[in-house]
Amino acid sequence: MTEEHSHIVPYKTFLIIWFALLILTGITIAVAQYNLGALNIWVALGIATLKAGLVVSVFMHMQYESYLFKLSLLSALAILAIFIGFTFFDVLYR
Amino acid sequence: MSGHVHKDYTGAKFGMWLFLFTEILLFGGLFILYSVYLSRYPQEFISAGKELNVWFGGGNTLVLLTSSLFVAVSITALRRGAKRLCLGLLGGTIVCAVIFMVNKYFEWSAKIDHGIYPGSAHLKEMLPGEMVFFNIYYLTTGLHGIHVVIGALILAWTMALVKSDKVNANDWVILENAGLYWHLVDLIWIFIFPLYYLILH
Amino acid sequence: MSEMTAPTTSDRGFFGEAKYPGIFGWIFSTDHKRIGLLYFWCIFFFFCVGAFLGLLIRLELFAPGETIMGAQTYNAVFTLHGVIMIFLFIIPGIPAAFGNLILPIQIGARDVAFPKLNLFSWWLYITGAILAVTSLFTGGGPPDTGWTFYVPFSAQTSTNVSLAAIAVFILGFSSILTGLNFVTTVHRLRAEGMGWFRLPLFTWALYSTAWVQILATPVIGITVALLFAERVIGTGLFDPTQGGDPIMFQHLFWIYSHPAVYIMVLPGMGVVSDIIPVFSRKPAFGYKAILISSLAIAFAGSLVWAHHMFTSGISDLAVMVFSFLTFIVAIPSAIKVFNWLATMYQGSILLDPPMLFALSFILLFTIGGLTGLVLGSAATDVHVHDTYFVVGHFHFVMFGGTGMAFFAAMHYWLPMIYGRMYDKTVATVAWGVMMIGFLILYISMKVVGMQGMPRRYYDYVPEFTGLNQLATVGSWILAVGLVLLFANIIRGLFWGDPLEANPWGSASLEWQVSSPPPTENFDEDPVVTHGPYDFKQAGIL
Repeated sequence: MTEEHSHIVPYKTFLIIWFALLILTGITIAVAQYNLGALNIWVALGIATLKAGLVVSVFMHMQYESYLFKLSLLSALAILAIFIGFTFFDVLYR
Repeated sequence: MSGHVHKDYTGAKFGMWLFLFTEILLFGGLFILYSVYLSRYPQEFISAGKELNVWFGGGNTLVLLTSSLFVAVSITALRRGAKRLCLGLLGGTIVCAVIFMVNKYFEWSAKIDHGIYPGSAHLKEMLPGEMVFFNIYYLTTGLHGIHVVIGALILAWTMALVKSDKVNANDWVILENAGLYWHLVDLIWIFIFPLYYLILH
Repeated sequence: MSEMTAPTTSDRGFFGEAKYPGIFGWIFSTDHKRIGLLYFWCIFFFFCVGAFLGLLIRLELFAPGETIMGAQTYNAVFTLHGVIMIFLFIIPGIPAAFGNLILPIQIGARDVAFPKLNLFSWWLYITGAILAVTSLFTGGGPPDTGWTFYVPFSAQTSTNVSLAAIAVFILGFSSILTGLNFVTTVHRLRAEGMGWFRLPLFTWALYSTAWVQILATPVIGITVALLFAERVIGTGLFDPTQGGDPIMFQHLFWIYSHPAVYIMVLPGMGVVSDIIPVFSRKPAFGYKAILISSLAIAFAGSLVWAHHMFTSGISDLAVMVFSFLTFIVAIPSAIKVFNWLATMYQGSILLDPPMLFALSFILLFTIGGLTGLVLGSAATDVHVHDTYFVVGHFHFVMFGGTGMAFFAAMHYWLPMIYGRMYDKTVATVAWGVMMIGFLILYISMKVVGMQGMPRRYYDYVPEFTGLNQLATVGSWILAVGLVLLFANIIRGLFWGDPLEANPWGSASLEWQVSSPPPTENFDEDPVVTHGPYDFKQAGIL
C-alpha cells in the first residue's frame, strides 16, 4: 500500500485550488449578468467544466491516478455526451 | 495477486470511481431532459430561471466548495498524523452539509409559499416551459439534496471510524472513498448552479 | 496450472465449509460460489414462473375471445411475464449466476474484488424480486402496462406501477453492483501469468457487459424514479399538459433498455465462445476478433436506442441515423458468428449437451438477428412494428440466444460446481424436444405477425386462429422439453454419478481446480502458463 499511494497533496495546493474555484464562481455569476445570447449557456458550461476539472484532478486526486482511471472517466463522460448528443438527432429535427 | 495479503487500495478506489460513474449517469438522465427542454423552451426557461434566487444558489455553491476543501485537506491531515485536525475538518464538512440543507429548506419554502411546486394550481397557470423548468428544478435539486444527506451520513460514519482509529494514517482508503463521494456531490452542484440559477438571458 | 495436476473429485469442496449453520451459511455467505448458486436457483425459479405465465398467455390466445382469463388479467399476465423474464431472469441470468460462479476461478482469483458488496447485491436482487411480486397483490392490483412502462398510460393507470418502478430501481442497483465488482475483479485480481490476452472469452464478454451495466443502468434508475415522481408528486416531466414530452420517456427508457439487450446477450455469446473450442478440440479461431467484437458490441449497442421508436413520432433524421447505426451493430455480431463457425471448421466436434445448446444459440440467434435487421431498417419496421413479428424476433434472440446459452452454461459448468454429472442422453432428448417446440412456437409468431396480428392484444380476428393454435401447441412441446431438461439436470446435480476430472477436456483454469471447488478456489495461488484454448500446452491434445 505504499508504492503508488504515497503521494500526499500539501495543504497549500488545496487552498490555491479552493481559491481558484471561488474566483471562477464569481466570474460565472458576473458573466451571467451580460446578455451574450446563446453564448451564455456555453460560457456557463465552460466555466463549470473548468471548475469540475479542478475538483476532479486535484481534490479527487485524479492527476495522480493511473491511465486506467483517466480513461474510464473519459469513457463515462463520452457516453453521457453521446446520450445527450444523439437525443438531439430527434429533438432538433422533429 | 496480492489481494489477500493487505487491502487493495487501487482496487477499492477504482470500485468507488466506477460507482461515481453510475451517479454521474443517474444525474445524466436529468441533464438529458434539461438540455432537451432548454432547447425547446429557451424563453420560458429564462423567465422562470429569474424566479430563482442567485444568492441562495451562490451561497450554497460557496458552502459546498468549502466543504470539498475540508474533505480534501482532511485526508492529507490524517496521513500526516494530525488526527484531531482531520476530525475537525470532517465535522466542518458535516456542518457545511447542514448549512446547505437549511439554506435549501428556506429556498424551497419561499418557492412553495409563492405556490410554486409540482402539481400546484399556480404552477398550472404558467406557460408549459415554465412548468417544465420548475418541475425539473425540484427533481434535480431534490435528488441532489438526497445525495447531500447521504454524503453527510457517510462522512459521519467515517468520522466514527477515524475516532476509533479503524481509519488511520496507514489505512485511510475508507476516508478517501467517502471523500470521493462528497466531491461528486460538489461536482453535480457545480453544474446545477449555472444551469438553473444563472440563465438570466 | 503449469502442469496438469489431477483434480480430485471426492471431498465436498466449498459445500462442506459454511461459516454459519443451515440456510444462513448461504444467505450470509460472501463466497462467490455460494452467491452464484443463490442467484442461480432464484433465477431458475423465476424462469419457471415466467415460463408458466408464458404458457398461460399462449393458452388464452388459443382461440379468439375469452378462453381462460379476462382482458385485465391478460394485461397483467403479459406484463408480469415480461417483467419477470427481463428483470429477474435474462438480465441477471448469466452474469450474476454463472459470472459469479465461474469468473473468479477462470482468472485465478480466490473471490471477487468486493465480496461483501457481492452479497449485498444478491440481497438487493431478492428485495427487488419480492417488491415486484408484492406489487401484484397490493395497491390497485398488478401492473398492466407491459414491461416497458410507457407513459402516459403508466403515469395514469390505477394499478400498482409505483411499486413495480421501485422494484426495477432496486434490481438495477443490484445489476450495477455486480458489474462494478466484475470490472474491478478483472482489473485487479488476475492470477500471475493471466495476461489480458489469456483471459477466457467468457470473462471478456462479462467484462464488456459489466461496463454496459455500469454506464447504462443508472439511466433506467432515473427513468423509473421520474415515473414514480410523476405518479406520486405529479412532476409531469413527461406530461404534455405540463409542457413535458412523453417521447422523452421513451428515449430515456431505451437509452438503458437497448444496451440492456446486450447485457442480456453478450454473456451468452461469451458462454458459446468458451464452449465451442472445447467441443471442437480446436483453439478459438480469431480470439482477438471475438474479444474486440465484445467490446465493440458493448459500445455500438449504446448508440442505437431510438430504433425502438421509429413509429413514435421522432424526427426523420433520427430515424435514418439510428437505422444506420443499428446496422453497424450487426457487424461485430456477425464477426462472432463467423469466428465460431471457423473454430468448428475441421474440428473433431463432440455433440455433448453443452455443445448442442451452443449450436442452437448460433442457429437461433442468427435467425433472430437477421429478423432484427428487418426491424432495424425503418421502411420495413413501419409495417411490422408492434406486431407478433417483433415478439417472435425477440424471443429468438432472447430465449433462443440468451436462454439457450443459459442452458448451455448449466450443462457445461454446473457439474463442475456440484461434482456430479447428469444423464447426457436424457439431456440430448430434452434438447431435441425443446428445439422442435421452440421453432413451432416462435416461427408461427413471426408469420402471424407478418400477417398483421398486433402484439399485446387480448383478442384477434378469426383469420389468425390457425397459426395461434399452432404456436400454442408449440408452447406445450417446448414446456415438455423444459420439464424433462430441468428434471434431468436437478437429478444429475444432486444424485448423479460423481464427476470425472475435467470431463469436457478444457484447457481453461476453472477445470483445473478440484470439483466441487474448495472455498477459496485454489490451494495455492495459481500461475498461468498458457491460454484458455491452448489444448496442446494443457496436454489435452
